[in-house]
Amino acid sequence: MKRQLPIFITFIAGITMIIQFFLPRLEHATVPPLGDLFLNWFLIIFAFAYILGGASLVVVNFSKIAKSAPGWGYNAVLLVGLFGTLAAGLFGGINEGSLFRYIFNYVFTPLSATMFALLAFFIASAAFRAFKAKTMEATLLLIAALIVMIGQVPLGQALWSHLPFLKGISLNILIDDWIMNGFNAAGQRAIILGASLGLISMSLKILLGIERSYLGGD
Amino acid sequence: MDLSQSQMAWFNLDKLNNFIGIFLFTALIAWFIFHARHRSLFIRKIAGLSAIDEAVGRATEMGRPVLYVPGLQDVDNIQTLAALSILGHVAEKTAEYETPLLCPCCRSVVMSTAQEVVRESYIRVGKADDFVRDNIRYLSDDQFGYVAGVDGLMIREKPAAIFFMGPFYAESLILAETGHSTGAIQIAGTAEASQLPFFVAACDYTLIGEELYAASACLSRDPVQVGSLKGQDAGKAIILGAILLSCLLITLSQIFGWSGLEETIRAVFRT
Repeated sequence: MKRQLPIFITFIAGITMIIQFFLPRLEHATVPPLGDLFLNWFLIIFAFAYILGGASLVVVNFSKIAKSAPGWGYNAVLLVGLFGTLAAGLFGGINEGSLFRYIFNYVFTPLSATMFALLAFFIASAAFRAFKAKTMEATLLLIAALIVMIGQVPLGQALWSHLPFLKGISLNILIDDWIMNGFNAAGQRAIILGASLGLISMSLKILLGIERSYLGGD
Repeated sequence: MDLSQSQMAWFNLDKLNNFIGIFLFTALIAWFIFHARHRSLFIRKIAGLSAIDEAVGRATEMGRPVLYVPGLQDVDNIQTLAALSILGHVAEKTAEYETPLLCPCCRSVVMSTAQEVVRESYIRVGKADDFVRDNIRYLSDDQFGYVAGVDGLMIREKPAAIFFMGPFYAESLILAETGHSTGAIQIAGTAEASQLPFFVAACDYTLIGEELYAASACLSRDPVQVGSLKGQDAGKAIILGAILLSCLLITLSQIFGWSGLEETIRAVFRT
């Protein structure tokens, strides 16, 4: 029963969503439409799941502080941040000028931006490894990447027109029509096509109860 | 005609081509599943999946944990379900080798599902007592808050093997490069085409697109699962044939001015 009930619910919900896609009259048989109704239910479950997540966060971090585990200070910072922001929002409101808004604008947003900004350095280090011309394929990748990068900056565009052998070739045509819309788009579409068919196949397996390992086993 | 009496159609004819496509694809999968029950079908080895044993074994030898990151989306995303499916197999291996498995989650529903999947895996190999529920923990719903948490785990716990499976976005390279800097063996898998180059550059093995969905069948070798995989491959071959035939027919219609043929092909493949 522990396995059968989730599979049954999945089957009913999945089939309903597929049918309402093709049968508009059935979709509008309920108010709100059937698809929206199911999504609303998911949002309600999602809201309750936040409690689970919050409880896990508190238990894991609090137990580390209680045991004085190595790095327990990080756990303390997390809990102080969690409860401090929660209290600021609950007691001071979330309007402009409130403490909550101050924390959001001057602590949370800069920290998020800092994490995102790390991407620039990581792209450089990953590109350095990926573009080492050790093999024929890596060399081709390096040449294509160099051309695309040159095309993205004004200096590259200006230099290109002065190169003796490549004067006649438009950089934009080379990048847009040849590399990006040719090789790049073809490769991407092949991956997307395969992934889309895989997705349909996986969805069917889940709907029919063939794939049940996500429920914890056979 | 009295427009006030008009009624919504039962079937949306604009989606007829989608309906026929899905019906045929389903029939193909069902046919291959039926045949897989009676004779064994060949599926190629996927290097990233074969390396799971090696990665967990390495972590065991080094006495360090295994880190499993199941992506940034919820359980309504099929990639997440595929990731949870692979998590079950990884958990079986870590249970066998008695190696700690850490699984930080970005969504609380994923966390509770992952806890159940890992617990069942530990029970299956008779190591129920080794299961530590708190090792599968919730970090944050926020994209970069989650990344900061996972990066912190990598730096502090120094896992010897890291798995990135499921849907990833801008954070993919931040995670993979941090993992690379710790010297861990890294296996990634995603169907997000835009993130694949980052994983290929920073990880030792990458499951590309459909390989993520095929993982469950490849790992379990269950005839029904393998049959569905073969059906999927046959569907891909048919689509490839349809693309080539359409290219040929559209080229011919341009040369000979058969405008009707081109319109028909476009109508068949419209979305």
